[in-house]
Amino acid sequence: MRHGKYRFIVGFLALPLGLYALFVVWPFIQSVYYSFTDWTGLSPDFKMVGFDNYERMLDDGIFWKSLRHSLLFALVLPVVTLALALFFAFMINVGGRRRKGGPAISGVRGSAFYKIVYFFPQVLSIAIVSLLFAFAYNPDSGAINSLLRGIGLDGVQPLWLGDPDLALWCVMAVLVWSTVGFFVVLFSAGMASIPAELYEAALLDGANRATTFFRVTLPLLWDTVQSGWVYLGILALGAESFAVVQIMTTGPGGPDYSTTVMVLYVYQKAFRDGQAAYATTIGVALLVVTLAFAAIVMRLGRRERLEF
Amino acid sequence: MKTTETPAPPPAESGATVHKTDRHPAARRPSGRQREGTVLNVFSHGVLVIWAIMVVMPLVWAVMTSFKDDGSIFGSPWSLPDRLHFDNWARAWTDAHMSDYFLNTVLVVGGSLVGTLVLGSMAAYVLARFDFPGNRFVYYLFVGGMSFPVMLALVPLFYVVNNMGLLNTIHGLILVYIAYSLPFTVFFLTAFFRTLPTSVAEAAFVDGASHTRTFFQVMLPMAKPGLISVGIFNFLGQWNQYMLPTVLNTDPDKKVLTQGLVQLAVSQGYKGDWSGLFAGLVMAMLPVLAAYIVFQRQVVQGLTAGALK
Repeated sequence: MRHGKYRFIVGFLALPLGLYALFVVWPFIQSVYYSFTDWTGLSPDFKMVGFDNYERMLDDGIFWKSLRHSLLFALVLPVVTLALALFFAFMINVGGRRRKGGPAISGVRGSAFYKIVYFFPQVLSIAIVSLLFAFAYNPDSGAINSLLRGIGLDGVQPLWLGDPDLALWCVMAVLVWSTVGFFVVLFSAGMASIPAELYEAALLDGANRATTFFRVTLPLLWDTVQSGWVYLGILALGAESFAVVQIMTTGPGGPDYSTTVMVLYVYQKAFRDGQAAYATTIGVALLVVTLAFAAIVMRLGRRERLEF
Repeated sequence: MKTTETPAPPPAESGATVHKTDRHPAARRPSGRQREGTVLNVFSHGVLVIWAIMVVMPLVWAVMTSFKDDGSIFGSPWSLPDRLHFDNWARAWTDAHMSDYFLNTVLVVGGSLVGTLVLGSMAAYVLARFDFPGNRFVYYLFVGGMSFPVMLALVPLFYVVNNMGLLNTIHGLILVYIAYSLPFTVFFLTAFFRTLPTSVAEAAFVDGASHTRTFFQVMLPMAKPGLISVGIFNFLGQWNQYMLPTVLNTDPDKKVLTQGLVQLAVSQGYKGDWSGLFAGLVMAMLPVLAAYIVFQRQVVQGLTAGALK
């Protein structure tokens, strides 16, 4: 494996690495640089302004709102999604009716069906899902309020996305709806690979199902849960929350900035308001938040790896 | 097997603790234990069915709505269509340009999927199999891209793409899709190439095949399962992509499905053709859902493969 090795390596790496450097790495570096300028994005002229953009950001009330919402997304979405997914996966795997002589723990009937259905949202575009729910949330003719009317709850007709106190939760619910299924399938596969003897031993020792879940299932799945946590957090700070907020909310980001998130604010500053340099400043803040989030989750979640 | 021979556990200390483990339910507190199991079973099914309904209902509602006329969409959102208004679908396909959006999406995703797999496997193969200075650096450069917020890069990227004359072009979008698909693809395929045996490639090499030929004729065919997994992952990611085209592809004639539908929703506010819009939504959902149901096992494997690594 010697002759022409380096020529081969360079030849094979040149194209992918070149493309990646030009379209991904270089813009990242540039945007950090631009955050110290007064570039508008509309004209090619700009000059260095030091930390002006950063000072402006710290005084920008909308920035703080978007930061708070983004953090809320990154905290709530993973917790709710992972908790629901673990619960459903546990039900799928242990909720089966006991058969005489069968294993101590068995999956529910139709578990394959549940897993297929739960996975539906995962294959749909978040843009399409957002549109669908934007209609469902419509206070007058949407599916949700008319369903409420249909079951006699005429008095309960929230404005959903039009209510500043509710809008953010409505948006978050859509993200939960679209991400739970994937993790049910993922955790279910993980649970199925846990040896049945471990459950049986725990049950023989007098543990009930809740204890079994917290003492056996969860520790053995911890690695998967943790990477899911990081993955969902990055999702909640980035592309997915951009799509749901931009498509579903009025403004977008409204009403009254009640749903604006950092990634949307970057987009609006750069491509709507012609303040590209300031947009990259907020983008840098988003980068810091994302990396800090990942670092904290990895750090807090560190445990001894359990082998089985 | 051996568990069935295990003697039944001693009775629990506290009466509240419930054993569902008892191997001989008939021997002790038979009815209570069995009822416990049944309660849990009913509860499990109850919860699982509710979530299944919550997942399916919005989709069924969308399909139903796509066959109704505008009046009944607003008047009675949950009623069945009075008759199947197939004209909604026809209108969406032609007047609302869904056919163009489909074509654009197919072109963009087709091009970028092939490009991603070819370039990604080339880079991953070199990184997995060859020792050279900077190998680790290049690898982490690629992998690091997975955790960076893409929006940060999109601001300058817009101008990079614009200066190259690639803004609002199909091939420009393809190149950007490939670049942003590389981090996961390289990460996944590098791990995959490492698991393949080295002996076959070495044999081919000894027989006089060049590195390039060894790669294309020996390694790529061996890596097929990995390529299928990562291919499905990228196909869905690129087909459903919304943020990249929203920023880089603003020409109405070049729009892809996702942004075309959003555009349609915004403009429908003025034109009022909601039934056509729902037809468009369902049109965009159905192929992916159908493909998923047919290739269910492969899709799940492809999408979960990365997370289980």
